[in-house]
Amino acid sequence: MNEPKTVNERVDRTMAEGQRAIRAAIDLQPVLVVLYALLLAVIVGGVLIWVTGGNPFEAYWALLRGMFGSWDRIAASISRSTPYVGSALAMAFAFKAGLFNIGAEGQMLVGGVTAAWVGTWAWLADVPAVFAVPIVLIAGIVGGGFWGGIPGVLRARTGAHEVISCIMLNNIAILGVRWLVNSQDPIVLRDPAQSVPRTADIAEGARLPTFVESTPPLSAATLIAIGMCIVFWFLFSRTSFGFEVGTVGANPNAAHYAGIGVNRIISFTMVIAGSFAGLAAVSEVSGNQHHFQPGVFVGYGFDGIAIALLARTNPFGVLPAALLWGSMLSGAGLMQQEADVGIDVVRIVQSLVLLFVAADAIVRYVFRMKSHEPGSDLRTVETGAAA
Amino acid sequence: MTTAVAIPGKAVVTQRRFGRRRITSLTFAVLGVVLAVLVAPNLSGDDKSFAFERPPDPAKITFDPPTLVTAVGILYLVLAVPAFLGTRWDRVVVWAQAVSAALLIPLILAIALALSDTTSTNVTNLLDESLVLCTPIALGAMTGLWSERSGIVNIGIEGMMLSAAGVGFMTYAVLGDGTATGWMWVSLVIAMLTGGLLGLLHAWLTVTFLINQIISGVVINLFALGLTGFLRSEVIVDTGVTSGKALPEFGIPLLEDIPVVGDQLFRGQPIFFLMLVTVFLTWLVMWRTPWGLRVRSSGENPHAAETLGIDVIKIRYQAVVLGGLIAGLAGAWFSMEASAGFEDAMTNGTGFIALAAMIFGKWKPFPALAGALLFGFSRALGARLQFLGVEIAGFEIPSNFWQMLPFVVTLIVVAGAVGRAVPPAAEGVEYRRSR
Repeated sequence: MNEPKTVNERVDRTMAEGQRAIRAAIDLQPVLVVLYALLLAVIVGGVLIWVTGGNPFEAYWALLRGMFGSWDRIAASISRSTPYVGSALAMAFAFKAGLFNIGAEGQMLVGGVTAAWVGTWAWLADVPAVFAVPIVLIAGIVGGGFWGGIPGVLRARTGAHEVISCIMLNNIAILGVRWLVNSQDPIVLRDPAQSVPRTADIAEGARLPTFVESTPPLSAATLIAIGMCIVFWFLFSRTSFGFEVGTVGANPNAAHYAGIGVNRIISFTMVIAGSFAGLAAVSEVSGNQHHFQPGVFVGYGFDGIAIALLARTNPFGVLPAALLWGSMLSGAGLMQQEADVGIDVVRIVQSLVLLFVAADAIVRYVFRMKSHEPGSDLRTVETGAAA
Repeated sequence: MTTAVAIPGKAVVTQRRFGRRRITSLTFAVLGVVLAVLVAPNLSGDDKSFAFERPPDPAKITFDPPTLVTAVGILYLVLAVPAFLGTRWDRVVVWAQAVSAALLIPLILAIALALSDTTSTNVTNLLDESLVLCTPIALGAMTGLWSERSGIVNIGIEGMMLSAAGVGFMTYAVLGDGTATGWMWVSLVIAMLTGGLLGLLHAWLTVTFLINQIISGVVINLFALGLTGFLRSEVIVDTGVTSGKALPEFGIPLLEDIPVVGDQLFRGQPIFFLMLVTVFLTWLVMWRTPWGLRVRSSGENPHAAETLGIDVIKIRYQAVVLGGLIAGLAGAWFSMEASAGFEDAMTNGTGFIALAAMIFGKWKPFPALAGALLFGFSRALGARLQFLGVEIAGFEIPSNFWQMLPFVVTLIVVAGAVGRAVPPAAEGVEYRRSR
């Protein structure tokens, strides 16, 4: 290598080395892939809008304004995105152990209804907020954790694939919770004073403080969501339990030979994953609605899967991914109003983003990006049941 | 708790003292006692009956519920005994447990009748409904079978079915106005092709891009939901066609006159017959043709197959696309045979129940069909029990619980009530061509 002869050359060399160091420290490529995937999805969505007779530019402009057009709308976007964080973390944490927790839908429902039930207990009305709020939150965590634990235990004990048991439990939860809340004869959890089937309002003390009165209101639920990400990060990266979870995910046989109780880890992981979902549900109930209505939670679980994949199961990546997802849904209303384009287009764009992120090779090919990592963290993982 | 059992001439066999077989028999025994002692005395003594033919004037079997329940209870106790007698009785135990499981059906019906106000219920109708309801599940199970036997996990069956249902009905509504007969068949073909297209996508993502197969399936499901919602609100609603003519029902001339069975098996709508043909052809092609053997070897040991010159990549593409076509047929069942119309998310988890049926059948077509029949039956039973308006101590069991029945049954099956099921060895594993 030629030694730099002039000052200019020396400066150039240092700059180049510095850039290389930065690029090595902050791996930007996954972010770039997501951004390009978003671009590609938006283009395809625009074509769809144009094909069905709409004006894509008008539609997207309305969407953007609906998402971030005013302070109120920004607060609404953030608030709308909050429940997705918990359900995405539910999927992400299980994925670290090689498990596919697609039961977040059911886990949120069970956690939410448990919390709403506990929140309406008679003695809770007189308890100060500093105790009432944690009690209700714990109820949600326990409910979600229980519902998440079932597929985990089934997988650990019987080898039943958690995908199928999660989906069955989702449907059972949907039907069961619907009955609990709708049933008028006998009345189980339904509030007879309301015309719409829902539970009674939870105690004043059990509600989370609200910061901005947007629709939906921005409350401490968002802080809880951020807290969940930090807990996830700490649990996974800074505890031995988290290390065991990651090892089981990478290679269950190696973990077994290392003396890690694989079945125990699988069960606990699913319980914790379910707890994330339950906590997301209870913070929605406690901070936003103040009661439980099953219809509100439709789709949070499944979208959480998508967001977890978008964030490549990184807890801090979940925050911007959820924000993107939730604000798109929040802004779709304005798009419908002004450009007469239905919310389904937003859903298609979302699934296309997911498709392009999952198939990042497509994005790389289109944008001529060199493949950075031979084994992406979303590659095939053998999910055999450990002995 | 294992004991070593020395069988002369064979190796020492270790046998758990309380294995699954004994637990199952013990469960039946306890159930038998409960039935005879607790349940039977509390049932009303009115005579109830099972009808066996279509009305009017069906052949009936009348019985007295407490007697029937007591009899079944005692029978369960008797049938449970062989499990505790030793290894010689193993064959008898399997047979006894199968009979016990089969007896659950008239037992449940009898108890339901006793707890409701109706005097009789038609059993053949129940079988009829089970056969009809098992159609999409069996087709979905075949889809899963083709895919997984070649080594690709496919949980996107639900999405494939849903898209096929949506696109098929959309074609019918747009081009045929929901009434033209010719366009109906064209729409059926288009529905199949939609399923095949999504199968192609799944294969492309998992075989060429080596995306995690479960993720690819989830993506397909999400995409299908968005796409069909979009199609429904933008296209189908605009045509004004909310429901059209369903596929016609017809019977096979001579065979449908056979007394009890003929009506069930040989009279029905086209996709039902196609389902039976598909199951048979799947077995025939996969186990009796060279191409089927190649598919199976691609799923068991693709690298060994490669050394024999089999193009594993091509085989996997072919198998998954074929599965997709079958899923398209299942989707068409929803929007063009069972009902003529399209609702959002009308497949309602059937794709996943189909996977459970496939696992129940241990990745073989005819046992998978039996599994599909079981799930179809639990759906039909749920609807029938809801119809009967069963009450326990004045508390009418809500419809939601009956709707839960197929999902609970699936859960029990998947959790290993039928023993540990072993999938094709190379399933879900990345495969790259050797250099």
